[in-house]
Amino acid sequence: MGVEGIGARARRKEDKRFITGKGKYTDDMTVPGMGYAAFVRSPHAHAKIVSIDASAALDMPGVDAVLTGEQLVGDGIGNLICGWMIHSKDGSPMNMGAWRALEPEIVRHVGQAVAVVVADTAAQAKDAAEAVMVEYEELDAVIDPVAALEEGAPQLHPEAPNNLIYDWEIGHEAAANAAFDSAAHVTTMEIHNNRLAPNPMEPRAALAVYDTAEEHYTLYTTSQNPHVARLVLSAFYNVAPEHKLRVIAPDVGGGFGSKIYIYPEEMVCLWASKRVGRPVKWVCDRTEAFLTDAHGRDHRSVAEMALDADHNITGLRVKTVANLGAYMSLFSSSVPTYLYATLLSGQYNIPAIHANVKAVYTNTVPVDAYRGAGRPEATYLLERMMETAAREIGMDPAEFRRKNFIRSFPHQTPVIMCYDAGDYDTTLDAAMKAIDYAGFPARKAEAASRGKLRGIGFSCYIEACGIAPSAAVGSLGAGVGLWESAEVRVNPVGTIEVLTGSHSHGQGHETTFAQLISERFGLDMDAVSIVHGDTDKVQFGMGTYGSRSGAVGMSAIVKALDKVEAKAKKIAAHLMEAAEGDIQIEGGELKVAGTDKKLSFTEVALAAYTAHNLPEGMEPGLKEGAFYDPTNFTFPAGTYICEVEVDPETGKTEIIDFVAADDFGKIINPMIVEGQVHGGLTQGIGQALLENATYDDSGQLITASYMDYCMPRADDLPAQFQLSTHETLCPGNPLGMKGCGEAGAIGSPPAVINAITDAIENNALDMPATPEKVWQLCRAQMKMAAE
Amino acid sequence: MYETTYHRAESVENAVALLGGADDPKILSGGQTLLPTMKQRLAAPSDLIDVSRIADMHGICEDGNAISIGAATTHAEVAGSDLVKARIPGLAKLAGGIGDPAVRHMGTLGGSIANNDPAADYPSALVALNATISTTKRKLSAEEFFTGMFETALDEDEIVLSVSFPVAEKSAYAKYPNPASRYAMAGVFVARHGDGTVRVAVTGAGQNGVFRSAEMEAALAANFTPEAVAGISVDADGLLSDIHGSNAYRANLVTVMAKRAVAAAG
Ligand SMILES: Cc1cc2nc3c(=O)[nH]c(=O)nc-3n(C[C@H](O)[C@H](O)[C@H](O)COP(=O)(O)OP(=O)(O)OC[C@H]3O[C@@H](n4cnc5c(N)ncnc54)[C@H](O)[C@@H]3O)c2cc1C
Repeated sequence: MGVEGIGARARRKEDKRFITGKGKYTDDMTVPGMGYAAFVRSPHAHAKIVSIDASAALDMPGVDAVLTGEQLVGDGIGNLICGWMIHSKDGSPMNMGAWRALEPEIVRHVGQAVAVVVADTAAQAKDAAEAVMVEYEELDAVIDPVAALEEGAPQLHPEAPNNLIYDWEIGHEAAANAAFDSAAHVTTMEIHNNRLAPNPMEPRAALAVYDTAEEHYTLYTTSQNPHVARLVLSAFYNVAPEHKLRVIAPDVGGGFGSKIYIYPEEMVCLWASKRVGRPVKWVCDRTEAFLTDAHGRDHRSVAEMALDADHNITGLRVKTVANLGAYMSLFSSSVPTYLYATLLSGQYNIPAIHANVKAVYTNTVPVDAYRGAGRPEATYLLERMMETAAREIGMDPAEFRRKNFIRSFPHQTPVIMCYDAGDYDTTLDAAMKAIDYAGFPARKAEAASRGKLRGIGFSCYIEACGIAPSAAVGSLGAGVGLWESAEVRVNPVGTIEVLTGSHSHGQGHETTFAQLISERFGLDMDAVSIVHGDTDKVQFGMGTYGSRSGAVGMSAIVKALDKVEAKAKKIAAHLMEAAEGDIQIEGGELKVAGTDKKLSFTEVALAAYTAHNLPEGMEPGLKEGAFYDPTNFTFPAGTYICEVEVDPETGKTEIIDFVAADDFGKIINPMIVEGQVHGGLTQGIGQALLENATYDDSGQLITASYMDYCMPRADDLPAQFQLSTHETLCPGNPLGMKGCGEAGAIGSPPAVINAITDAIENNALDMPATPEKVWQLCRAQMKMAAE
Repeated sequence: MYETTYHRAESVENAVALLGGADDPKILSGGQTLLPTMKQRLAAPSDLIDVSRIADMHGICEDGNAISIGAATTHAEVAGSDLVKARIPGLAKLAGGIGDPAVRHMGTLGGSIANNDPAADYPSALVALNATISTTKRKLSAEEFFTGMFETALDEDEIVLSVSFPVAEKSAYAKYPNPASRYAMAGVFVARHGDGTVRVAVTGAGQNGVFRSAEMEAALAANFTPEAVAGISVDADGLLSDIHGSNAYRANLVTVMAKRAVAAAG
């Protein structure tokens, strides 16, 4: 492939195996004697389990065992936990109900597993699962998070009276109230953030293998963070001690957050593999994925913004009810708190902010981080408020934003975050130029002549990535540190393996991480391999989510590379009898500056391993590791502008143009960054126009297949996204990277909705902006105009 | 999927015999509806009788002033047929708008109409064009054939062999797709026949599947222009209501699609 350094559009190294169908996913793994698991799931949203009769199932062909929650609890398997402690404003710890991998007593959402069948084939297991007779006594269910808090609502967990998990706040209430007392204008909105099902292309899967002689487990699974999985399975679920459990996350086909968590099924496969005495495989089908993968978003908020007479924002008050579903998933508590309300200042100087968040239980599948995690909810709320306030005061939405931009850094917001660097004017200017903002009125008039309503909408987003300084997140309640580790292993022939705790499930790490090495030593990309996803190979790691693999994962690699470079230079200086300071690395060679003396990288590597002639006291070998703990969050930011046309006859929205001007700090591979932005924008547009995980009042998930859950498709998108980037380097990490994995999904929904509400001149629109909703508003608007 | 036994029928007679000899058989054509249903364990036929390779059930030919299409002809074949494009362009367009390329290259005319999904596209064309359905037992008019949501006049052991579509003077189809499934939320096929009568058939919207709008037909017989139907709305009471669209919204779509179909018919 050649030498491809930082900034090169290197083709993805992983694509050969993906495009030729040679990727190796969990379901591609087979081991001798393997049996298959099928789960018996609750058809009810809330019910008491009266009895489970497995006798008929046990008599069916090929069936090994039917295991229930009683046996699971009896074997000492621990409850699933949430790993981030949030305290309510009164100081009390969050109220967490018990979550068992197989529920023995009360089911709390449709699809919850109550038993597992292990059989010779997947079809036999499924047939037998249908034959397991479970008698339920139905209980009333509550689906709506606001209703769940009301008196008399069905109660989910005895640990959480009134279904309240926590009642948390951030910011200064008195200061915010004071801003409203003296406000010249107040904008108020009720804002919902719709519930999403994550839908990675590869559904979850697990293959658990128990070795009776070694008393050792191996778990192949679809994980974004195999080491975290091992840690949690060992420390909390008592499946096996860490050294007796190997977790391998091979090729993983997308995650978007949904594969961060440890789910019941993977854990049950491990436990069952020992109990049944054979390896157990489970592959989730699409309906099970809709019913059991952690959903995202689902907020109900009321927001108020105070302005002074000069159109400066003086205060923001937000009250949010966050639906966490029936159980607290692994990081669920942090999403509507520290990943959400800490971003409510946006790109703006807002002197006083107060936010209150109530997290509640409902009879729905657990809700946790999904691409963006909290930041899309904050951005959607704030950017709709910005657009609405601008309209109310009659100011151009771009100018209103510009007037309130933060321009000096570091900037301490009233909600914890300290922004380190940014340049919001430049991305706003770039986006306005790209969309030809000045030409909009003419385009609107032309569209009107064709009977179409044209609108334009802004979103100036900021988000926090590179999660995160371990001590800081520890003080906020995180149960883990969020550093990353790397090991750079130079082989005797000079090829390099990088072992990283980051995990690639679509991000292209095998390419971008290799570019760092190619750049540093001038080596061919083919001389570098990236190793990840196996707890037996990689020292440790916290995995990939929160756009952290660049800012945190690559920083660890850089630190390890620094050590390798220093040692290689020492060896080279010794061999060439030069001063260490005179050694320069260039084009795969170590040279003595100002002379023609040089050694190839291979020669130096070999010297390190033959160890025939090393500097006095130096250990042989050329292999270095590093742990990198970030010093701050990173703050990607930018401006997105969307232009739409609405067909008032049908309410259908067409996105005509979408521009994204992003500041991601240092960019390693622009092509991969563009791919990340395309995907993020598509998911954001999906949320804005199409996607909505919908339960009926009894708790049945109506959108449990693609017949009803509407994923964005190519023809839902504009013909082209106009992308540009502007680099302000992040001062907090060695490469100056900020992260790009989630920005598209975070920044785009408000741009789309602001454009539609501009087009139809009616602001009463919630996501998704389905044709029917938009049509109803168009009609209402036409009626008002007529009257 | 439950276990089942697969048979490939060599001829229509062979298919009939296989059907008669099985316990709880189902005809398999393109499999685009039946197989997903079986995979979801919602159908469990003992035997599948595959008719998709029967030569007599394939092909498109001119038959007097009609186009006859074999029941095992795929949507892609209809969409790509020069004959259909020349004589009944609205039908080619309809077939080309079903599902996605994979579905169109497997799914068949016979399977679609035998299934009679209330959101399927073809039923509107059959009714508006006054098509005749030939089966192993008889000939049926489209209106006799479609009897209700997922219901047809077919007996359990009756196989659709072909459909004959009279060539209309003018015809066109306008579809508003369900954003998730891309089936029709409202699809309107309009046809003006040589005798001056007009037929307007609506799919996707009705609780009982495809239906005709007499009011629109009368208005268009008098004045075949989009404006003629712009003010006519179908009764929302008999229409489907779901998370994708209320019956009132569907009623609106029927009017809008009727207008657009008339405009497209020219
Ligand atoms: C992703 C997707 C999108 C789709 N989108 C659309 C769309 O937009 N519009 C649309 O109209 N349809 C759509 N369909 C359905 C598609 O058109 C199917 O092809 C059609 O409904 C069934 O035809 P088939 O040949 O696949 O029949 P099969 O699935 O094989 O059979 C369907 C039923 O018809 C019976 N049957 C089949 N052939 C005969 C026969 N000759 N005589 C008697 N009975 C028979 C079978 O026993 C079965 O009950 C979609 C399907 C999919 C999977």
